[in-house]
Amino acid sequence: MITLIPRQSASTGWQIATPVMAVLATMVTGGLLFALLGHDPVAAIRTIFWDPLFGPAASYSRPQLLIKAAPLILIASGLAIGFRAGIWNIGAEGQYIIGGLTGAAVALALYPLEAWWLFPLMVAAGLAGGWAWGMIPAMLRNWFGASEILVSLMLVYVAQRVAAWMAFGPMRNPQGMGFPGSRNLQQYPSAANPELIAGTGAHWGVVAAAAAVLATWFLMSRHIRGFHIRAAGTAPRAARFAGVRPQTLVAFCLGLSGALAGAAGLFEVAGPAGQVTDKLGVGYGFTAIIVAFLGRLHPVGILLAGLLLALTYIGGELAQMTMALPAATVQVFQGMLLFFLLGFDLLTRFQIRRRARA
Amino acid sequence: MYRSLTKQCNCAGRDLRDKQVKDLTKGTELTDMPVFRAEGLGKSYPGVRANDDVSFHVMPGEIHALLGENGAGKSTLVKMIYGLVRPDDGRMTLGGAAHVPSDPRAARAAGVAMVFQHFSLFDALTVAENIALGMENPPPRRELSARITKVSHDFGLPLNPARRIVTLSAGERQRVEIIRCLLQNPRLLIMDEPTSVLTPQEAELLFATLRKLAAQGTAILYISHKLDEIRSHCDRATILRHGRVVDSCDPRAHSARDLAAMMVGGQMRQIDRSGRQPGAVLLEVRALSQPAPNAEGTALKDIALTLRAGEILGIGGVAGNGQEELLAALSGEVRSAPGTVTLEGADLSATGPEPRRIAGLLAAPEDRLGHAAVPDFSLTENTLLTAGSRKSLVRGGLIDHKAARDYALAVIEGFDVRTPGPHVAARALSGGNLQKFVIGREVMQNPRVLVVNQPTWGVDAGAAAAVRQSLLDLARQGAGVIVISQDLDELLELSDRFCALNEGRLSPPVPTDGLTLDRIGLMLGGAHGMEEAHL
Repeated sequence: MITLIPRQSASTGWQIATPVMAVLATMVTGGLLFALLGHDPVAAIRTIFWDPLFGPAASYSRPQLLIKAAPLILIASGLAIGFRAGIWNIGAEGQYIIGGLTGAAVALALYPLEAWWLFPLMVAAGLAGGWAWGMIPAMLRNWFGASEILVSLMLVYVAQRVAAWMAFGPMRNPQGMGFPGSRNLQQYPSAANPELIAGTGAHWGVVAAAAAVLATWFLMSRHIRGFHIRAAGTAPRAARFAGVRPQTLVAFCLGLSGALAGAAGLFEVAGPAGQVTDKLGVGYGFTAIIVAFLGRLHPVGILLAGLLLALTYIGGELAQMTMALPAATVQVFQGMLLFFLLGFDLLTRFQIRRRARA
Repeated sequence: MYRSLTKQCNCAGRDLRDKQVKDLTKGTELTDMPVFRAEGLGKSYPGVRANDDVSFHVMPGEIHALLGENGAGKSTLVKMIYGLVRPDDGRMTLGGAAHVPSDPRAARAAGVAMVFQHFSLFDALTVAENIALGMENPPPRRELSARITKVSHDFGLPLNPARRIVTLSAGERQRVEIIRCLLQNPRLLIMDEPTSVLTPQEAELLFATLRKLAAQGTAILYISHKLDEIRSHCDRATILRHGRVVDSCDPRAHSARDLAAMMVGGQMRQIDRSGRQPGAVLLEVRALSQPAPNAEGTALKDIALTLRAGEILGIGGVAGNGQEELLAALSGEVRSAPGTVTLEGADLSATGPEPRRIAGLLAAPEDRLGHAAVPDFSLTENTLLTAGSRKSLVRGGLIDHKAARDYALAVIEGFDVRTPGPHVAARALSGGNLQKFVIGREVMQNPRVLVVNQPTWGVDAGAAAAVRQSLLDLARQGAGVIVISQDLDELLELSDRFCALNEGRLSPPVPTDGLTLDRIGLMLGGAHGMEEAHL
């Protein structure tokens, strides 16, 4: 018989080991799934996890790694802070879309002005757009006690409709011959978010993601506000006693995670995506939730988890092309990853003991 | 009043017991063989030797007290007897045979029964159903109900087997647990701090039952740190300190002070009230009214008080009459109308906890784990909860981890907090040690005014004395102290003036000197106003 014994304090060793175990279990189960579909499991796993980095076409796929990882890490860094405080922003996808729209709106409004300050202004607008979208659930929670989980999630679908409206209406390219979608910002030098070092995929979003990792690490481990956030997540009454106002914390966490998601949206619109379309949201906001948890809500963990999840995106696409695996492969993998992680998490809080039946 | 009632009842119980002991010795012949014997028992947890070379024995028909401070190793010891924990070394015998229970079921089969401090009953089920759930082979329900009725009648524990648990009082729930044990005909019955949930009347009933049970030859191991109770009801006491047996005695032959000294090791510190001079008014609360924070809370009604430098103001009353709400209004967790809370002339009513701390108004809430401290955080991190500004642990928003660690070490040192170090999580400390840490964390910030709620609740005698002395020392240095407590002896010992908090109303203060328990009883009963006439 197996019994679970609660640990006095969460085990640090297991906290590091469980994400690794979750990845391995995902690979094994994924391989099993591919075998059932009639594919060679080893080849499939290699195509997804190995070939994007070291395979024959790696020079094409490697830059993609940073392009995909940057928004994930940027968004997850913000989400993790709220999650630490027990404030659940599930709607980063919506804040990402709105940030992309507000940032692009600045560029499209000033077109064809060329000025050095245009791109920084767009970033500010992206931050502000995401922040404002995040403040809606924050205010509804503070004023009426509405669940920020539901409100932020529902606002994703509103944001998607807003993006479609913009792409077909106000932001449509006047010279686009009736096609939906805005002007291409990559062809607008002052507004473009270009690859900074050729062949790496690194654009300003990558720089921002790195800065976000450093800044959130500093906030959570060195600043009193980070301390209050952690305290509020595990002992809300003690945090109040320390002087934390719950309302302030809700606004701070939802505003910050919204702003970072908005910036990620702007970097995407001005860079890899290039234009506003109705397909602006590609799921980074949702995948970032997995990144945050896989990274243990820790900045360094989020960095690694972001790279790993980016790999599954690229590897999944590669597998689609070379092995004709279904397009849902990536989502299945990401889902399994979160599933196994939450399952193995049991081990950080409990010990498993085998005991003989009496 | 509450305590004095207990004392009176205990005296009555003692007479009863003496009579029964005489009956007993006249009637049955008790064997000389101990029911239970432990030899050299030891148990280690990482970083702690919970039990070390523990040897003692319990005779048939004996009520044997296991006495010790919190963290002395009482719980570990009984868990080993009950099969919840396996000893590292040593051996146990039960009725002459080796007692090596692999789990509680095996211990029960061998004849050990235990009544825990916290009950494990299903609220929605009836008494009989709950008892059946705990049995290996429950008899048919009707037969079981009949047995429950008989046992409850025989032992004077009135209980209807058809009642639902949710309708029972704490005392009645405990009876269910006891009857569940009695149905097993145990040879050794372990009771873990049974009277902590009982009214004095219920406690008396319990002792009468234990006497009857002992008279039939059952051995009873009785865990408590209530010295009066042990002195009037137990035949022998084994005293544990730091996991070792330090003494074994007849508790009736010793004073409560002696027993406490054995428990803590060394003389109890005498409380020193001298050297205090009331000075200028520090804290003034005027017309403070607050709505109840939630359905269970109590509204504060027109509270007024003044506190002078060097003075200790005691606020008595049964918990749930606005104690927590009053502390929250003073600590700043809840803000109040302008002009209601002023410290040295500055209106703090609209400010939160942090500005109040900077101004010198500090507080220590009742609930140590989750309110006064974050359970999962280390002691170092827990200093940051309140001492960030006054101790410069946080400057410009940045945490100085080394300063925090040093301050945690200073509190540990200054208040004799027993812990391996400041890196230990708050939840790993025993109640008394964490309380010393929490009080020490505030006292060592040299507050102008300190408000504490139930400062020694659930704390062992040694730690309680240390906490009380630190509050007196703080007042002697010129601070004002408000002690909110249910323990009237504590309030009479510490405070210069006393008021009662009853249904959210605070009575006018009366000087503690010459205050009788009768008078306090009237104040707690809500009969205010008469004090004003007297003063």
